[in-house]
Amino acid sequence: MATWPGFGRLTDLRDEIDRLFESPLAELARTSQILSGWTPALDLYEDKENFVVKVELPGMKREDIEVSLHEGSLSLSGERKSEEKYADAEVYRTERFFGRFQRTVTLPTPVAAEKVKAAYKDGVLTITLPKTEEAKPKQIEVNVS
Amino acid sequence: MNTTVQKKEARPTQNPAVPSDYVLPNVNIFETKDGYVLEAEMPGVSKDGLEITLEGNEIAIIGHRQTETVPGELLFRERHVADYRRVFELDPAIDTTKVSAKMDQGVLTLTLPKSERVKPRKIAVD
Repeated sequence: MATWPGFGRLTDLRDEIDRLFESPLAELARTSQILSGWTPALDLYEDKENFVVKVELPGMKREDIEVSLHEGSLSLSGERKSEEKYADAEVYRTERFFGRFQRTVTLPTPVAAEKVKAAYKDGVLTITLPKTEEAKPKQIEVNVS
Repeated sequence: MNTTVQKKEARPTQNPAVPSDYVLPNVNIFETKDGYVLEAEMPGVSKDGLEITLEGNEIAIIGHRQTETVPGELLFRERHVADYRRVFELDPAIDTTKVSAKMDQGVLTLTLPKSERVKPRKIAVD
């Protein structure tokens, strides 16, 4: 079947419009990424002992992810390199983002910097930041006499 | 049209087997002389959570996330923790018996080779 060059794009546009109505928030996030670069989605959890940060970073190499802690601020940065092997191929869709990202999270209480652990699995980076002894909630026993 | 186009999703009301809450994975699609390559981002999905089904000229990619043990209380959320699902219509030139899949750090790579009969070939003249 012959391809009319304009047709693919028109279909894409219709898809985009469909999607805009289906999930306005996701689409908004995608649009804002185009304007501001790559902002990987991040969750922050807290329990009695730790803060836990989970970041979606699909398709990275471990050595391209940088994690640092400075005065209670956790900084994450890195770069996802675009693939050279498809440089000559015809491109139909490019929704994946390549390039640098940087995120900073200010932690509500101090953490023990030397005990911070990071793991990267299935494209999700999980950072566990143990709270300092002073920052942990304490139960004080009161003897009632 | 000779491209892999995304099929419009069936409405959940029309197909109760499809959960209404799923995430559309971001994809890149390339075409080379040998076939197509589709990359889909599904962070949080391991090889075991993948479900790829070929039916007629449609391919459905589904990624089930592993159930995460949520540590304590959520302070800040941006991730949409739901299963991934997206359906594509395939170019008839694709040899569906030779489709292969690979999963690496949350990125699914599907290799969809074209069948030998549609590939350009040289004919030797005696």
